[in-house]
Order: sequence, then structure tokens, then C-alpha cells
Amino acid sequence: MPDLTSNTAGIISPNPFWLASAPPANSGAQVQRAFDAGWGGAVWKTLGQPIQNVSSRFGAIQWMGQNGVGFNNIELITDRPLDVNFREIYETKKRYPKHAIIASLMVETREEWREIIKRAEDAGADGLELNFGCPHGMCERGMGSAVGQEPRVNERITGWVKEFANVPVLVKLTPNVGDILPHGLAAQAGGADGVSLINTIKSIIGVDIDRFVPEPRVSTKSTNGGYCGAAVRPIALHMVAALAREPQFQIPISGIGGITNWRDAVEFLLLGSSSVQVCTEVMLRGYRIVEDMIEGLEDYMRAHDFARLDDFVGKAVPAYSEWGNLDINFETIAKIDPASCIGCNRCVVACHDGAHQCIHIDESGKTHVPFVDESECVGCNLCQIVCPVPGCISMVEVDNGYPPATWNEHVNEGVQVRPKKGAH
Amino acid sequence: MSKLPDVRSELTFEDFKAALTDHQAMVEANRCLYCYDAPCIKACPTGIDIPSFIRKIATGNIRGSAKTIFDSNILGMSCARVCPVEVLCEGDCVDNAAGIPPIKIGKLQRYATDRAFEAGWTFYQAGPDTGKSVGLIGAGPASLAAAHRLRRFGHRCTLYDKRDVIGGLNTTGVAPHKMKADRSITEAEWVLSIGGIDVQTGVSIPDDLTWEQLNERHDALFLGFGLGADSALDLPGKDLDGIEGAVDFIERFKLGVVDLSGVQRAVVLGGGNTALDAVRELITLGVPHVTMVYRGDASNMSGYAHEWDAAKTEGVRAHWNAQPIGYVGEGRVSAVRCIQTSADKRPVPGTEHEVPADLVLLAVGQAKLGELVARLDGVAVEWGCIVTDAVGATGRPGVYAAGDCRNGGKEVVNAVAEGRDAAIAIHAYLTGADQDA
Ligand SMILES: Cc1cc2nc3c(=O)[nH]c(=O)nc-3n(C[C@H](O)[C@H](O)[C@H](O)COP(=O)(O)OP(=O)(O)OC[C@H]3O[C@@H](n4cnc5c(N)ncnc54)[C@H](O)[C@@H]3O)c2cc1C
Ligand SMILES: Cc1cc2nc3c(=O)[nH]c(=O)nc-3n(C[C@H](O)[C@H](O)[C@H](O)COP(=O)(O)O)c2cc1C
Ligand code: SF4
Repeated sequence: MPDLTSNTAGIISPNPFWLASAPPANSGAQVQRAFDAGWGGAVWKTLGQPIQNVSSRFGAIQWMGQNGVGFNNIELITDRPLDVNFREIYETKKRYPKHAIIASLMVETREEWREIIKRAEDAGADGLELNFGCPHGMCERGMGSAVGQEPRVNERITGWVKEFANVPVLVKLTPNVGDILPHGLAAQAGGADGVSLINTIKSIIGVDIDRFVPEPRVSTKSTNGGYCGAAVRPIALHMVAALAREPQFQIPISGIGGITNWRDAVEFLLLGSSSVQVCTEVMLRGYRIVEDMIEGLEDYMRAHDFARLDDFVGKAVPAYSEWGNLDINFETIAKIDPASCIGCNRCVVACHDGAHQCIHIDESGKTHVPFVDESECVGCNLCQIVCPVPGCISMVEVDNGYPPATWNEHVNEGVQVRPKKGAH
Repeated sequence: MSKLPDVRSELTFEDFKAALTDHQAMVEANRCLYCYDAPCIKACPTGIDIPSFIRKIATGNIRGSAKTIFDSNILGMSCARVCPVEVLCEGDCVDNAAGIPPIKIGKLQRYATDRAFEAGWTFYQAGPDTGKSVGLIGAGPASLAAAHRLRRFGHRCTLYDKRDVIGGLNTTGVAPHKMKADRSITEAEWVLSIGGIDVQTGVSIPDDLTWEQLNERHDALFLGFGLGADSALDLPGKDLDGIEGAVDFIERFKLGVVDLSGVQRAVVLGGGNTALDAVRELITLGVPHVTMVYRGDASNMSGYAHEWDAAKTEGVRAHWNAQPIGYVGEGRVSAVRCIQTSADKRPVPGTEHEVPADLVLLAVGQAKLGELVARLDGVAVEWGCIVTDAVGATGRPGVYAAGDCRNGGKEVVNAVAEGRDAAIAIHAYLTGADQDA
């Protein structure tokens, strides 16, 4: 049986699945139900001076009948009294001593930080997460992403917190920056024990086109909100990987953003996350999704003979490289399996209008299976992406006789690259 | 336990509902809304967490999906094939309310459980030996489900079955276009692979082993002996050749070979699901003319409407509102004498007529076996069915009952649910533990 125990900067949980700081981790009753369902940890809904929220607060992208592929919110931090939150953290920790509870915090002054950290630790929090990421509302008040976007401010406040804190400190980073690296390094320089990312991405989710008001509509106005859910996963994966592969960056990562199932979680782990956090998918479908995450992860580990998470955390990081290091002489072409082709011709139109015009309809009319002109196929993947039948189109490696050569080697050492294909 | 013969008439049958391909399964699984407190779960007698097992198919966690199914229903592989899903889970899918075809739950269940069998996954281990032993009468779905659960609790089990094959009617009764006998036996053996279950076939209770002997051997008894032989109709000519019970006939062609080469016209008497299975089976076995004779009509028959629709499509004719009053023939039956029945199913005098038939199958019910327990003090029987409380306890301490012998004849899935629940109750009885321990 693989061991799922996760250790993120000294925060130990029975598995790497945590609730992200958000509505699913808003109260003790909720977090306890989540632990019963199998979640290994929870980052409590951000604590600070309780705020007042608006209604409505959420918007979502509908795509091909699925509602919530992308999600956005204009909610602020906790609106519940701090003493209630801390009492519930205490009660929950007492009942679930093996689970991780991380207090997400957001206050302004050094004194406030000192005070709230003490209360969080007194309540039994296993770690602290500094919310330097909220991209709406709180940043207008000089907190959240207003901190996260300024490496010097980030470093200074992290430094304060480290002065006061006895438990591990994670800095939650905002993705609303051009390059994540200086921000991760600032947190590290401030003494953070780890980082978590991403928080939500500044966004307008849509517009009510009859009322002429963006969404979500609050009476006659709206505001930009934070984008999250499955659609943001690629952005989050990149930011996690960008930190994980930076030699100077040495602290652990808790990965967040668009995780919906075990497979998504494995991707984050492979790119260097020690734990993963989930918000939107729980909001859409409930705590129960974690059962599949745990089983799927265990199965994956069994299949690869991984005994513990450390056996594969970061395993895909070395393979994330610069474009200039990719092997230009590596060549693939599309192959269509005639037995599984259903004849929708989506690959044909995609290749003709969106790629290199090398998949053709069989003009003889003898077959519904299109054919690939292999001399022209550049191996771009588009046909495989649009094909509705799993496994019908595969990208097959061809031996073109050229030994591996990268662009950098070509430019610097004159190594020969193969002739271009499809560039007429 | 005996092996099935390699040549069996049932082998000519093809699956009525084809298995899903990977592609179809993925599309269908992604269509599921993943409802919460879902109506389909409540419509499943074993309460499988259907939305979860379907989501797990969608995420590629097939092993977890199969486990979710087996956790509630250890015969989930055959139930995926034999359950009347139209009136169970799929019938209550919320998509019906939206006017959208329901999720193909049965086929998705088959997809996941077939993968488990192909891969040889096992999920359960016997509990530490408790030193207690339970005797289970019958080796059908009820007893198999009960024994498996009892083994998980660590109690030793012995199954006694008067037949040579195990699996009960799941092996000998269900229509081969849903499932063939060998698959039921494979499944039963997979269930038994948890270990510690002794199977004694060819033992009829109480003739071969008395209740007293059983009581001596075991700390608790589980009654799962199902129903008895086909009921006969006491009509003139009933001893002619070519008149037989439908369940008996089905067992013969499932476990061996029947020769129907001389049969031109077959009549099945009855309007239940056994009758509907029998007419469809006769058509597939090559009988040119197959007629179902029933006292009522399609609107009030007890057989499922979807089964009758399929039978009709396959060429079965119905002779509605008619009741048999005798058989005609010399040596072998040549016709059934019938009389028309009114809307309240009463015979209408003066409407006597003959329906030609050289084979007649009786599908008018099966005997209830309540009398088997006549010598077991404290076990009450009503209308031939064993009386129990909600979890299967009879009036006699340590004796439990489940499945057809308790419910009077329902589905495999009911037998599994009742067997499992009775096992939990037996565990509580044997250990003095809480029922949900
Ligand atoms: C023709 C037919 C078709 C059916 N089709 C379906 C279907 O498609 N789907 C569905 O869900 N259900 C179907 N059913 C119903 C289903 O098969 C039963 O509800 C289910 O098998 C009941 O399980 P059980 O364990 O209670 O009894 P059974 O399956 O009847 O098993 C009882 C076992 O006890 C043994 N036994 C009986 N008497 C004794 C004795 N005195 N001593 C020792 N052993 C004894 C029998 O040999 C048998 O093996 C069908 C039934 C019939 C008759
Ligand atoms: C409604 C809502 C409220 C949120 N509130 C907070 C918060 O209080 N503190 C915080 O650090 N992040 C908050 N987040 C961000 C999430 O914790 C998470 O970083 C983000 O949603 C990305 O993960 P996801 O794609 O799994 O949702 C919130 C997100 C949502 C949707
Ligand atoms: S989800 Fe609950 S709180 Fe939100 S609008 Fe609906 S009913 Fe109200």
C-alpha cells in the first residue's frame, strides 16, 4: 500500500489533498465534514478583520453543457467573527489531531500580524498561510495581491511574520504578475518555509448583454473578480513549475489552481508540489470528490511502484526546459486507426483550416477514413486534439535518420537540423 | 460442484445489450450530473453509490469505480447485466425528468466490473477468525452475498445447495441474452475466493441433513433457498407430453441441450417476467411461432413493459384476455383449450377456443418452499414466505432469511441486498456488536 503522507514545509497531513482557503473551509462544521470525507488538510478561509460581502458573488463559464469550467468570485475574506473562527479551529484540531489545519491570514500592520499569529497558534493551527494573493477588494485596501505584486513588501511582511511565528509559514502567491520568480524568491528571502500558488486571476467572467452590466452583477454594477477552476490549471502548472525548476528557489510548494481529480493532482506533484489545494471543484461538486482523488493517486503510485510521495514529487521538473533545448530532429506524424475512425472529418477541417492541409478526404468514396499525407504532416497534434474518439489518432515517432539536435546546439555548434516540413 | 457441459443450448444467444466501448463509456460517464443524494442510489436495492462510480470511470479510476460498486453489491457484475434497470436505477435518473435519456447506469456498471474481472482485481480480505460458523441453505445470490459479508467479519461459512451448480437462479434462470450460466458461476467463484467458505453441493435440506444436525454444526443459520418448482395447472390433459414448467425448461437449456427441432408452435402460459423470458428464448432457440397466453393484457401484466416491447419486436405474439381450461392432444399436446376473460380477468362463458401448440410452457409462478422449515420451531411462514424483521431475523434466534424465500420472488439485486443486510445482523447476533459495527 503506497504511503500518501504528505509533508509540506513541515506541515504533515495524511494525504496531500487540502481544501484551499475559500468557502469550503469557512467553518468548523464544514472542515470536519471534509476530513470525514477524506481530505488530509484544510487551509481555513482567510482570517483578518471580518468584512461584509456583496451579492451576488460568483460567475461561471458554461462550455459545451458543462457549467463552471472556469469560475470567478468577488468574495472577500472571512465575514465571521475571529473568536468564532479560532474557537472552531481549536475544536476541529482537537477532534482531528492528525489532519493539517493551516490558518490563512491577512491583516495590515505589524502589530495586527503579531496578534493574529498568536491567536492562530493558540488555536492549534499547524501552519500559517499568508494571503498575498486576493486580486479584488482586499487589494484596494492595500492587502492581498497589493502585497503579492510587490516583492519588497512581500519580503518585509513575510519577515515580520517569521519573527512572530513558531509554526511553518507558507506565502500564498498571486498569479497576477508577469513573472512569478521574483515573488517566490521574495517570500523565500523573507524567511517563508514554503509557498502556495496560485491564488485567483484578475478577471471579468462575462457581461449581462441585456442589462449592460458585467457579471456577477451587484445591483447596477460589477467589479473584476478572481478567476479559478479547471480552466486556470495550465497557468497554475506553469507557475509552480517555474519556481520548482529555479535552482535558487529552495522551499516547498503547495500547488493550487484548477485541480478537479487525481490526475490533475498528480500533474502538480510531478511539477514539484508537495501538497495540492482545491477550491472550485469542491464548490461545484462537494467534498466527496476526494475519495476518487485518493484512490486514483494510490493506483497511480502502485502502477509506477512509488512507495511514497517523495518518490515522484518534482519528477517531471527536469523535463521542463527552454525551447532552445528541445530536439528539433525529433519527428512525429499523425496516424489514423481506420478501425476506430467514425468519419466525422473534424481532423480534416482542423488540419486544412488550422494547420498544414495534409489530412484529406478519400475522394474515391471507398472509405470514410481520411488519410494523412505523411510527407507534409508536421506532427503538430491538432488532429489528435480534435478527434472525438480516444486512441483513434496517434502521433507516431518516425526515424528520419537525423541524430538529436537542439536549436541551441545548431546555433552554437553548427549541429545539423533536419529540413523543415510543410513550409512552402 | 460440477462443471458446466461445453455444449449448451444457451450458447447460441448473443448479448441483447452490447458492452460499451472505452469511447462510449467515457462519453456516457461524462454525461452523468454527479447528483447528490441521488434518486438512482435510492432506486438501487443495494444502494450503490452510482454517481461516484460513474465519476470514477470519467477520471480513469476504474479500479476505484469497481470497488465502489462491489462495496454495496458483491454481485455487481451480474447485476449490471440482469437488473431491470428500466424500473430501478435508470428509471429514477433525474435526466428522465428533464426529458433526456437516462444515463446508461447498467452498462457503465458492466464496464467497470468487467474490467475488474478481466484484471483479476480483488478488494476484500476475510476478517480474523471469530471461531463462529454459519450454515447457509442455498448457494444463490442471497447466500453468496451473505457469505461474503460474513467472511469479511471473520465468521466461517458453509453453503449447502441441493443442485450441483452454484449461483442459484442467476445461473439456472436468467435469460442467456442477459447472462450465461458460466459467467454466473465465474462470479460465484470470484465471491468465494475470499476463502473460508465451504461449499457442499448435492445436499438437500432437510432431507440430507436435518435442521438438528445443522443447528449442531453452526452458530447461526441463513435461509436462502429461493423458490421451488414451477406451479402446474390442474387441467384436463395435463399429463400429455410437451407440457412443462418454464423455469425447469429454462434450466435445462441453460445447463444442457434441448431439442426443439420438431416444435412448430409453442405457447407460454402466464404474463410475468418468466413468461416474457420464455417466449423470447423460444424464438431465439428457433421455434417459428411463439404465443403468450395471458388472462389480462399488456397494460396489466406483471411482466415489464420494456420486456414485452422487446418480445414483440422479436416476433412473439400475444393471446390476451384468455385463460387455459385444458390441453388437447394424443400422446403429445397439440393445442391449449382457452376461454376468453373479461376486464376483471373472469372467464366469459361460450368463448371456448383452441390455440394450437406442440410445446406448452407453464409460467404461472413457482412454489413457495416455506414448508421446508416446518420443523424449525419459531420460524413463521406466511403465504409460503419466511417471515422476518427488516434485517432478516426470523422468530427463532440465530436463524435469518433473505432473497426469494423471504420476499416471495423479486430480483437478484434484492436477494443480494437482503443477504448482505442479514449477514450484518448475523454478525451482530454472533458478537453482540452494534448492527453497524
Ligand atoms: C426464469 C427467471 C428469470 C429471472 N431473470 C431475472 C433477471 O433477469 N434479473 C433479475 O434480477 N432476477 C431475475 N430472476 C429472479 C432472480 O433469479 C432471483 O430473484 C434470485 O436468484 C433469488 O436469489 P436467491 O438466492 O434468493 O434464490 P435462488 O437464486 O433461487 O437460489 C436458491 C438456491 O437454493 C437451492 N435450494 C433450494 N432448495 C434447497 C434445499 N431444500 N436444500 C438445499 N438447497 C436448496 C437452489 O438449488 C438454489 O441454488 C429470474 C427468475 C427466474 C425464475
Ligand atoms: C469564492 C472564492 C473565495 C476565495 N476566497 C479565498 C480566500 O479567502 N483566501 C484565499 O487565499 N484564497 C481564496 N480563494 C482562492 C482559492 O483558495 C484558490 O487559490 C483558487 O480558487 C484556485 O483554486 P481552484 O481552481 O481549485 O479554485 C477563493 C476562491 C473562491 C472561488
Ligand atoms: S447556493 Fe445557497 S446561499 Fe448561494 S444563492 Fe443558492 S441557496 Fe443562496
